[in-house]
Amino acid sequence: MIILVLFPILNTIYISFLSSKGEFVGLDNYADVMESKDIFDLEGFPKRPPLGAFIHNMIWIFIHLPLSIVSGLILAIILRDVKGSSVVKTLVFLGMVTPMVVGGLLIRYTFEKDVGIVNGLLSFVGLGNLARSWTAYPDTALFALIFGSVWLWTGFSMILYSAGLATIPKDYYEAAKIDGAGVFKTFFRITLPLLRPITVTVVTMTILYELKIFDVVLVATYGGPGKASSVLAFQMWLYAFMYFQFNRAAVVASLLTVLTTIVTIPMIRFVVKR
Amino acid sequence: MKVKKVTIIVHVIAWFVALMWILPFMGVFMASIRPYSEIIRGWWNFSSFNPTFNNFVGAWSHRDFPLSQGVLNSLIVAVPSTFIPLFVGALAGYSFARFSFPIKNYIFLTVVLLMALPQQSVAIPLFQMMMKFGLVDNFLSLILVHSAWGLPWIILFMRNFFSALPVEVEEAARVDGASYFKIFYKIVLPMSLPALASVSVLQFMWVWNDLFLALIFIYSDSMKLATQRLLYIGRTGPYHLDWSILSAASIIVMIAPVLMFVLLQKYYIKGMVGWTIKG
Repeated sequence: MIILVLFPILNTIYISFLSSKGEFVGLDNYADVMESKDIFDLEGFPKRPPLGAFIHNMIWIFIHLPLSIVSGLILAIILRDVKGSSVVKTLVFLGMVTPMVVGGLLIRYTFEKDVGIVNGLLSFVGLGNLARSWTAYPDTALFALIFGSVWLWTGFSMILYSAGLATIPKDYYEAAKIDGAGVFKTFFRITLPLLRPITVTVVTMTILYELKIFDVVLVATYGGPGKASSVLAFQMWLYAFMYFQFNRAAVVASLLTVLTTIVTIPMIRFVVKR
Repeated sequence: MKVKKVTIIVHVIAWFVALMWILPFMGVFMASIRPYSEIIRGWWNFSSFNPTFNNFVGAWSHRDFPLSQGVLNSLIVAVPSTFIPLFVGALAGYSFARFSFPIKNYIFLTVVLLMALPQQSVAIPLFQMMMKFGLVDNFLSLILVHSAWGLPWIILFMRNFFSALPVEVEEAARVDGASYFKIFYKIVLPMSLPALASVSVLQFMWVWNDLFLALIFIYSDSMKLATQRLLYIGRTGPYHLDWSILSAASIIVMIAPVLMFVLLQKYYIKGMVGWTIKG
């Protein structure tokens, strides 16, 4: 495990400081990657994508995190007292067990002109003139993927929140009812605080998912059109295994290592404190 | 008994959401059982409807990238990649739960951090390592890496499980003169079958669903795994995809994890919740 996991992590960081000939070059690779506009492309900001892989990941987090968590929580609460809720849960959770490659294909298919249901629904409500292949245009590709990934991932927060809700004793709610607390007050004063440990986990795991996103991008848009939906994990793979620029790729990989570590630390501290 | 209005509304919303949620899956299913010419105006269009099995046949015995071979390759990788870390992880988890080390907390922290990292963080050195040993384009490299990659969370999960087991039975056995290994195989393992089931379901699915590691280690066409083949099947041109055959291929690839989930849901959810929350 140490040979196959721990050592490679450190070695990747080391490689990011080497030239392709193996000499130590300090931060040259970092400067090189930053200049390439693959990671940051903010010239003429604000503008539409491509904005660089790092910014795309940030946009991904900014949209995907609140949407998937809130919808997962709402679904968990609604489904608590629904007959046949396990069937609904299973259906929503399908997106989580589907291979991400298939998930990416499904997103592309669903957003495709003519064959995709999104455009079918648009024309059904009279917005047929908006119909197009959403993943094929720079200004919509990234957002189509993000919304598609919300669809795939919501099952995760729903299942965890459902498990969490089941642990809250019914007495609490009865007591709140007797004290005259309304639905919203009960939610914000009882449900949400008691779900805090779960929220910490769900938020952490969701951000990790957003940082690691790869298969969906590769199969649905290949980072395109023109880098407009590229993300860090995909850019790393392109550098390393398509262009064989291992040192550049190591820079992106190190960046990912640092980002994921930063994201994980609060969860670890939270767990250790308990 | 009077049914409350709120209850009805909640049920309607719930089922509506479920319906919306599976629309894409329905699309894939409809596309897979109809010729492509029928669905180019949308799979919800039923002006002509000739269900066929040809797409599945076409994907299964594809001329260049038959999925039959892909599924076989995926199994060759996924089965050992599930059982090796399961075996090692159960042993390690047991020792973490029953014996105390001075550095246990640090190991625990490392394990959690390792679980969080993307595979991209290790890809380059691993590729160079496997290159040196001549293991690129060899299933062994994938099995090794998947096993090592799965170990951290399996150890953690099994440790949590074993910690919750009562020690009295084991102590009684020890008084009767049973060795540690005998206790582990005769008493602890049979009791932990549900936990082992959870671990195997999750680990198998992760390995089966993986694309990234397969992409960096497997290059020859005949060895490509099932997920990799989805990048080639149904490409009729640079921008054109035959969604019918691609849908059939997608269904073949996703059927294993989906079936496992539906049949072993109890263990899957337990694994998922235990893996993330109790950690």
